[in-house]
Amino acid sequence: MEKFTVHSGSAVPLRYSNVDTDQIIPAVYLKRVARTGFEDGLFAAWRANDPEFVLNKPEFAGGSVLIAGTDFGTGSSREHAVWALQDYGFKAVLAPRFGDIFRGNALKGGLLAVVLPYEVIERLWEAVEADPATEVTVDLQEREVRAAGVVQPFELDDYTRWRLMEGLDDIALTLRHTDDIDAFEKRRHTWLPVTQ
Amino acid sequence: MARTMAEKVWEEHVVRRADGEPDLLYIDLHLVHEVTSPQAFEGLRLAGRRVRRPDLTIATEDHNVPTENILGPIADKVSRTQIETLRKNASDFGVRLFPMGDLDQGIVHVVGPQLGLTQPGMTVVCGDSHTSTHGAFGALAFGIGTSQVEHVLATQTLPMAPFKTMAVTVDGSLPPGVTAKDIILAVIAEIGTGGGQGHVIEYRGQAIRELSMEARMTICNMSIEAGARAGMIAPDETTFDYVKGRPHAPEGAEWDAAVEHWKSLRTDEGAVFDKEVVLDADRLSPFVTWGTNPGQGAPLDSAVPDPADFDDPAERAAAEKALAYMDLAAGTPLRDVRVDTVFLGSCTNGRIEDLRAAAEIIKGRKVADGVRMLVVPGSMRVKEQANAEGLGEVFTAAGAEWREAGCSMCLGMNPDQLQPGERSASTSNRNFEGRQGKGGRTHLVSPLVAAATAVRGTLSSPADL
Repeated sequence: MEKFTVHSGSAVPLRYSNVDTDQIIPAVYLKRVARTGFEDGLFAAWRANDPEFVLNKPEFAGGSVLIAGTDFGTGSSREHAVWALQDYGFKAVLAPRFGDIFRGNALKGGLLAVVLPYEVIERLWEAVEADPATEVTVDLQEREVRAAGVVQPFELDDYTRWRLMEGLDDIALTLRHTDDIDAFEKRRHTWLPVTQ
Repeated sequence: MARTMAEKVWEEHVVRRADGEPDLLYIDLHLVHEVTSPQAFEGLRLAGRRVRRPDLTIATEDHNVPTENILGPIADKVSRTQIETLRKNASDFGVRLFPMGDLDQGIVHVVGPQLGLTQPGMTVVCGDSHTSTHGAFGALAFGIGTSQVEHVLATQTLPMAPFKTMAVTVDGSLPPGVTAKDIILAVIAEIGTGGGQGHVIEYRGQAIRELSMEARMTICNMSIEAGARAGMIAPDETTFDYVKGRPHAPEGAEWDAAVEHWKSLRTDEGAVFDKEVVLDADRLSPFVTWGTNPGQGAPLDSAVPDPADFDDPAERAAAEKALAYMDLAAGTPLRDVRVDTVFLGSCTNGRIEDLRAAAEIIKGRKVADGVRMLVVPGSMRVKEQANAEGLGEVFTAAGAEWREAGCSMCLGMNPDQLQPGERSASTSNRNFEGRQGKGGRTHLVSPLVAAATAVRGTLSSPADL
């Protein structure tokens, strides 16, 4: 996984609340078995049907920070939603609240999902809409978002921050504790079911 | 200290706890399907890793599968490749798989419980958000992403961030014609699609205790629609009676020991929840959704709301957007909304009791002209049982299509889809834009409302017949 310390880039204001993962990437794109190439599925229905949709506006092309409304990424657990955002070029998503599974998937895969107060999101929307070239900096080192005069700290637990900054693979980290897993398996209840 | 059931089950599964790190939890059962697993198995291959516990892992084919002509090859090449990939992965890594045509095939969340693989006090995960279904047994059951699927395959554990607890208490008793589906739609409308965020919900109260196991699964299934990490119901005699005698249930002395332990899992007297919500079942009536998220619901007796009546600007904007997508005018009585399709099925309402309830309404009646009704059993075992009880004949005699098991029209990744602009009454769990097919419009309903709607052609309850 790519290390994440500080990212600066232009932003895309997505003024919708409750953007579920079916909107981020419709189910029809989930039939593939590869891990890359999901950018064409990102917000596919809105991109296809709504010329006013923010990603269809040339001034927001190339944005790498998505500024979204409350409850971004609710619904289906599809990690393809994270992959589609990353494949399209997004490095971070800022929102007042996320769906839990989406946020977990994002932070596993190196897409920084940052919770900011609604008022700050509103200020960022206004700044970015007034000037699409506004640079937004997401600083994981300092746990801070900076843009257009806004300097806003955000919370992220130390462990996740460390893992993202080091670009570490969770599985390799867990496999260091195989002895603990072996020991746990010896004390499981004997009635627990097996599938074979 | 008094503890909640969720906290007890969590504690029992901590493999490793260290300061400044998430707890490492052991996973008792890992359910796998074709959509969220291919990249996980590929990750194992690339890293030269094996599946640590194939004997705690089970796979089925559900999301992509067609629900008619299942013996031929899948026409959609991309879907076929995904199914074939699962078959190869299961074979290469030694995972037991129920393929199309197998009597144990079906929707992953129907298959686990019916085999007795889901039991109280277990940790259950699956790369599917509706894994919360299994919480109905008093299991701690989470939907996970593909990275976590790979993690569980490799280690049988997951590092998990701590959760908060929430009690949803449903007092009283449900009036006739009102179901578990109406309870959960009312709960989600009350707390919103983000109301449970970060929480494990425990459903409690007399109305919950009075529910059958299958009805409890309907409730827990939609916990994710309220944004919750999981939903749980305390195991009781209803739970034990359901599990007992199933193929993977404990037997003899093991059964007795298990039941004794399961009884100890109930939330202690005096345990404190981080959040509490109380509903009165006596005052509930059939509930339907009018918008494009499961929180946008209202009693069938009411009308499409006016966005102007929402105080919160974000909610107002969401309601405006939803009504435009749904092509509904504010103030329209919900009973006047005409549908093209009725879908009875899914991991929410595709079990035998759901089919029985709908069949009872539809028996001797006909599906309205111009309406298509799809009845899709949640598993092949459910289909077998339904046929033995004559339910299949009831549906076909009424003019409904009686299909094979699968996720079907719950999501647009198999041939069962709405056409653009078509409207459905659906017993599934999500009314998101395009969920049932590009441009499709979905109203979430109970099996009883689905059956009555099929007969009348407009959103209806059995009392309207």
